[in-house]
Amino acid sequence: MAALLIKNGHLIDPAAGIDRPMDMLIKDGRVARVAEPGALPSKDAKVLDARGLIVAPGFIDLHVHLREPGQSYKETIASGTAAAAAGGFTSVCCMPNAVPVVDSPEWVRWLRQPERGAVVNVFPIAAATVGSHGEQITAFVALKAAGAIAFSDDGRPVVRTEVMRDALAAAAKLGVPVIQHSEDPRLSHGCAINAGPTAFRLGLRGMPAEAESSMVERDLKLARETGGHLHVAHISTRKSLDAVRRAKRAGVRVTCEVTPHHFTLLDTHVGEYNTAFKMCPPLRSEDDREALIEGLLDGAIDCIATDHAPHAADEKAQEFERAPNGIIGLETAAGLALQVLHHHHKMPLKRMVELFSANPARIAGLKGRGTLAKGAHADITLFDSVRAWTYSAFDTRSKSRNTPFDGWQFTGQVVATVVNSELVFTAKDAKETQRKSKI
Amino acid sequence: MPPRSKPKRAKAAPAPPFASAPGSLLDLEHLPTQDITDILKSARRLAKTPRDLLSKMLPGRRVALLFYEASTRTRVSFEFAAKNLGAVTSVVTASSSSIEKGESLTDTGITLEATGAEAIVIRHPSSGAASLMARHVSVPVLNAGDGMHEHPSQGLLDAYTILEHKKDLRGLRVVITGDIQHSRVARSNAHLLSRFGAKVTLCGPPALLPGSASALAPNLTLERDFARALRGADAVMMLRIQKERLAGFNLNVDEYIAGYQLTAERLRIARKDAIVMHPGPMIRGLELTADVADGPQSVIAEQVGNGVLVRMALLLRAFKA
Ligand SMILES: [Zn+2]
Repeated sequence: MAALLIKNGHLIDPAAGIDRPMDMLIKDGRVARVAEPGALPSKDAKVLDARGLIVAPGFIDLHVHLREPGQSYKETIASGTAAAAAGGFTSVCCMPNAVPVVDSPEWVRWLRQPERGAVVNVFPIAAATVGSHGEQITAFVALKAAGAIAFSDDGRPVVRTEVMRDALAAAAKLGVPVIQHSEDPRLSHGCAINAGPTAFRLGLRGMPAEAESSMVERDLKLARETGGHLHVAHISTRKSLDAVRRAKRAGVRVTCEVTPHHFTLLDTHVGEYNTAFKMCPPLRSEDDREALIEGLLDGAIDCIATDHAPHAADEKAQEFERAPNGIIGLETAAGLALQVLHHHHKMPLKRMVELFSANPARIAGLKGRGTLAKGAHADITLFDSVRAWTYSAFDTRSKSRNTPFDGWQFTGQVVATVVNSELVFTAKDAKETQRKSKI
Repeated sequence: MPPRSKPKRAKAAPAPPFASAPGSLLDLEHLPTQDITDILKSARRLAKTPRDLLSKMLPGRRVALLFYEASTRTRVSFEFAAKNLGAVTSVVTASSSSIEKGESLTDTGITLEATGAEAIVIRHPSSGAASLMARHVSVPVLNAGDGMHEHPSQGLLDAYTILEHKKDLRGLRVVITGDIQHSRVARSNAHLLSRFGAKVTLCGPPALLPGSASALAPNLTLERDFARALRGADAVMMLRIQKERLAGFNLNVDEYIAGYQLTAERLRIARKDAIVMHPGPMIRGLELTADVADGPQSVIAEQVGNGVLVRMALLLRAFKA
């Protein structure tokens, strides 16, 4: 494989403390050299001109639903990872709530087979309990050996305290996280919508913030008790985040993620039962959204994850209470982060890149990823922080189109995605530009 | 998010959530004020129209009554309204075969339309079901109650009834008491009455009346104390209480009655000419005492009769007749 020289770009590698113009030589799937602009020889190497672009460690999404095995009408590993590549993600961690539930080493290995046609790296998350029934933990050691990088029953919480304790204790021994979908089903009413004026107006049973925070608080106690690493999935309320903050200060091994839709949208956007805005946890109040943005800025939140959850159009075209939870999100995540966090809330790009790469790599224990230091995997995301573009659900690479962001205009776009030295995605406009510059 | 940072929507935005055939009635929250006035006027005209003339107004027009939820009162009211006007009705219930076999709501609607239904009246246990249906068919959809959301024809017939006894809604003090949280009747009434300038007080214990209710419409007041709510009231609207629901909230029925039952004694706190209303079905001895339900201030029986008039007006509007 020919070497690839990425030149004229601005390298942001938070793990290596780099935030300035640098060139980079990629060889045999690894970063061979990082050097001052113009210092690397271009002979025998393909050249990728990154003028005007940020060169960042490949983005890692800790929370996607690829719907295989069993629900390939919604998504496949091939289509989901194509969407990931278009969104700048070079690695995705897929949740085990497929059909059947991924609770055995065989299915973990199946997910990683080349026949699945993955365009980006796929790291399976195995079920925390057998069948995700919440009764008995799975064979953590064998599952980890098969390639599982974390354990979760996402889609549903591990409700029973003793079972969650077992999971955290087992995970502690292996040094992997337990990812909890924090929701007390006794309080959540099926969680169609956030409890508040919008839920009342629409006559829908609301899910109070406490349904999330009470579960987070219980799990934090268990994490402290067992020394296990708790990762709180899609945190959505100020109350939960406050609890995580306190626990972090007290030295508990806890990390958390937030989705782009939770830091962008509010429960009021549900409008008149628009199921494109229905997900679990639900969109929250402005006060919650502000808390999430504070947490993203000050470090209380560790990473951004999409909770990419494809559903067929006819499934979403049902009564609001009956329609499935979730939206697709891989292709819009970076655009939303640039738009909302960087441009509006003045988040430095270095922090944003950290939320998308270095931190998720550390949480999932992905060695040699989340950085572009010499010897690291050649997974690279190139983006333009000011280029304007419009998202069209019609053009999505996902098999499903359940997004609330159809037609949204963004400032800041992923331009190219490199996985293991290979260019797996180039934005349309970028291709044009490159062709012109070559002529 | 703050407006200035909100990404602008492109011109090719998806269809607005209100896509529905003209003449549809999905809720009172968004129904234009002029439409409400027109419907009430039309109902008043119909009250004076001889039966033989009525029956020539919608001859042979086909109305589907799609009832996913048991409801004698509303179904019969719509059915009589349609038949009074000469229309043909067909009742489809949740136990009908296609629905039992799991056909989706939208497919059922599309099938009804293809079969020749010219208007669909729908009662459904899920909030938002009527607007979902309306987005997928091209005939008018009339919401006969969707989950906990709205019951617009009830709101209209209640306004009609009040106006039979009171000159104007503006400044009128209306107390709505009971299980507001689960009541589509309360929501529809609150929207309409608030829009026409009535002073609406919602009354009930916190489990049945969350604090977020006050944001539903302008001019709404929340009051936990029934006696205080009744002071100066021109109309007292009692809502249905389900005993199982009280139990679910650990509310004691006797305590509820002690706090919120409309008794003759409590009614004296309201204005002397206050009217007593109930959307039914009511349980004497629970929401209100028998002497109040059957007393001189009660207009509960009138409400039922007015329901047919208002629903005739709604059907005429649906058929633009
Ligand atoms: Zn989840």
